[in-house]
Amino acid sequence: MADNVTPRVRVPRDATAGEVITIKTLISHPMESGQRKDGDGNPIPRSIINRFTCDFNGQNVIDVTLEPAISTNPYFEFQATVPESGAFTFTWYDDDGSVYEDTKEIAVS
Amino acid sequence: AAMLPFRASAAADEAINAFTGGAEVGEGGLTLTAPEIAENGNTVPIEVDAPGATAILVLAAGNPTPAVATFNFGPLAGAQMASTRIRLAGTQDVIAIAKMSDGSFVRASKEVKVTIGGCGG
Repeated sequence: MADNVTPRVRVPRDATAGEVITIKTLISHPMESGQRKDGDGNPIPRSIINRFTCDFNGQNVIDVTLEPAISTNPYFEFQATVPESGAFTFTWYDDDGSVYEDTKEIAVS
Repeated sequence: AAMLPFRASAAADEAINAFTGGAEVGEGGLTLTAPEIAENGNTVPIEVDAPGATAILVLAAGNPTPAVATFNFGPLAGAQMASTRIRLAGTQDVIAIAKMSDGSFVRASKEVKVTIGGCGG
């Protein structure tokens, strides 16, 4: 089980219509790879975030499949086109069935 | 410089085939940025950039399992690029394969020398 999973997202507050903006996301998560062993030599079961998506007003920006080789506290930086004012939705899917969400509003002038 | 067990690259080839459906893979149009030397294999920054791609697969051929991530770009992607941080078990080639919008595939790879491996023991 992953405790204290906290998403952090950086999105500009405003943009011009059609502007390409940079988004940075980080979520605190151990990303237990399934390759490690505990003190007694028993394998520690895999427990990772396996998918991350970013959408804007219901349209997809990026959809990432994560494998155990993604580092602890998965970080992504990518670019989005902003056609109008609205909200970005960020969603992380955990192996244990948990879903973590964050949203960020952006104003287009 | 190749000190990788044979099965590692075979597994990587398998992952590439699963992504490309066995199609021919060309070169050019895909930039993979990674450090030449990574002191800590637990968190190695990489960036992929392939203008016009619909998806980019990233593999670490020398890891216990080669798959790292697949980036699928939607209609509102401002560019077909992404950065993340990955784990590398040791010195090896990081490989990226991009699927372009015309259905063709291109690859890029970069050797990363790892001082302390990042897959735990």
